[in-house]
Amino acid sequence: MASAVAQKSSGAPPRAPGKPRRRTGATPRRLPYLLIAPAGLLMLGFIAYPMLSVFYYSLQNYNATKPWRNGFAGLDNFTKIFTDDPLFWDSLVFSGKWVVTEVSLQLALGLGLALIVNQTFVGRAIARALVFSPWAVSGVLTTTIWLLLYNPSTGVGRYLADAGIGTYGSSVLSDTGTVFWAAVLAELWRGVPFFAILILADLQSIPGDLYEAASVDGANRFRQFVHITLPHLKDAIILSTLLRAVWEFNNVDLLLTLTEGGPAGVTTTLPLYVAVTGFEAHDFGYATALTTVAFVILLFCSILYLRLSKFGGDDK
Amino acid sequence: MTAAIAEKGTSAPLAPDGPATPPVRRRRRERAFDEVPRWQIYLPLGLYLLFTLVPFYWMLLFALRPAGSTSLVPWPMTFDHFDKVWNARSFSVFFQNSALVGVCTLICTTLVALAGGYALARFNFRLKQTFMLALLCSQFIPGALMLVPLFQIFKNLQMINSLGSVVIAETVFQLPLSVILISGFIRNVPYSLEEAAWVDGCSRFQAFRIVVLPMLRPGLIAVASFAFVNSWNHFLFALMFLMEQDKQTIPVGLSTLIGADSVDFGALAAGGVISAVPVVIVFAFIQKWLITGFSAGAVKG
Repeated sequence: MASAVAQKSSGAPPRAPGKPRRRTGATPRRLPYLLIAPAGLLMLGFIAYPMLSVFYYSLQNYNATKPWRNGFAGLDNFTKIFTDDPLFWDSLVFSGKWVVTEVSLQLALGLGLALIVNQTFVGRAIARALVFSPWAVSGVLTTTIWLLLYNPSTGVGRYLADAGIGTYGSSVLSDTGTVFWAAVLAELWRGVPFFAILILADLQSIPGDLYEAASVDGANRFRQFVHITLPHLKDAIILSTLLRAVWEFNNVDLLLTLTEGGPAGVTTTLPLYVAVTGFEAHDFGYATALTTVAFVILLFCSILYLRLSKFGGDDK
Repeated sequence: MTAAIAEKGTSAPLAPDGPATPPVRRRRRERAFDEVPRWQIYLPLGLYLLFTLVPFYWMLLFALRPAGSTSLVPWPMTFDHFDKVWNARSFSVFFQNSALVGVCTLICTTLVALAGGYALARFNFRLKQTFMLALLCSQFIPGALMLVPLFQIFKNLQMINSLGSVVIAETVFQLPLSVILISGFIRNVPYSLEEAAWVDGCSRFQAFRIVVLPMLRPGLIAVASFAFVNSWNHFLFALMFLMEQDKQTIPVGLSTLIGADSVDFGALAAGGVISAVPVVIVFAFIQKWLITGFSAGAVKG
């Protein structure tokens, strides 16, 4: 597709075989628009338009199981969300708890891991490949693996109990006290490599001379880390943290399959609540109103992101 | 150019998490540029490897040992579970569907993002800032929250139960990041190289193909493999848009094994292994490029 677009515009002057076509290097005014057209149209059709329809439906009663009530609802859906829906607040609080816990732990472990595999040591290439490998694993596969590990009859706990360590417990996933950390651990397993890969990429762009100079000046490794490594990594850390926070906020795959939002709804995030409202309760109107609220929260995040990434400059 | 970045800087002695102990510090003064003690590398690395690899091993164990066995090594080995999942649970069909969706998403994403990224990197045009803003903002628009309206769009297009709907949805949500990444990679290729090619008589497209494209290889591999792995792994679009069983993808098939009334752990583990194989292969190939690809200008402030 790209080639077709590019070819079209370069064919503007008549082709003369053998003759240098200097003018083709000049910029026809339409060319950039032709190049962004595919991406732009796809995004208009499948991101912008659905977003507008979300705002439209959020003002409607639109429930497939109660069609006789369908019609304009004004702000009723929003009133209900903020005044009469404890599930919304519970899911919002859980989302916040989930995002903060996951992102901070992933960042800390990912940073540590990147620092370690950035060293020179025997077996580094294979160690990198192994520790990064869960990055490529899907949410559903993570669930599969950790279900096996957590299940009382197939899990690690059973073998430890067989050997006399600990007790034959019940499933950590059905206990409201342990399910949060069980889910956090499973997601950590998959999420840490993301940070480790991005931070490692940035670590490799720090000139080695800086450390040499600092070392000559008597700075120990901890001070080198604080004064050289961290300032250099700052931008990458901020951006990857924000991206990851949004990503974790929207992470439905793992929780939907691992806990189904349970037990007793204690692991229901806001997007999971939206999906359940929309597709199990068929209450599209209310689901889209919830979506709108989530958008506002995400909008706040993206403004923060734009500020921090110093959007608008051509200096990139 | 990007490979050079990757090779450099690896000898920098950095502190792993813990602060240096006094004896270590004293030794440092004697040697100007010394190395991290080995145990500070191997101990945390070993612990982390355990955390990473035990879950994988557990899945392989259940996939390979006979049902009912409680042995901790997969011996005697059996492939019954794979046979069952591949044939009786139609994973062969899911596998084909997932592969088709993955490859189509990869091609669409890369081509569209290449065009858009080139425009952003090489031209100034009036809508540039708007386009850039749209790209940055849409990274924060989650597919999970768009399921309801997207479902209605695809219903109107009569594309429910068609793999095309999933390819479009995956491509659209990969695009913003891909365009931004690729435009970063293209900016790293000096414009003067292209201009030199024009002087030599190349058209803009020829110059791009001959001069720029080869230099984009690490970046393109990173973006393309990203698109493939993400769409291979993605669960929600396929779950919602594909109702017929013979249209479903691997993650959906896996989730039905999880949701079965009495879970067959051997079959579940074998399904997990099957779903992991392609991404593991892709990952093994691209691991090196992934890091250089990102350091070539991906996450810049």
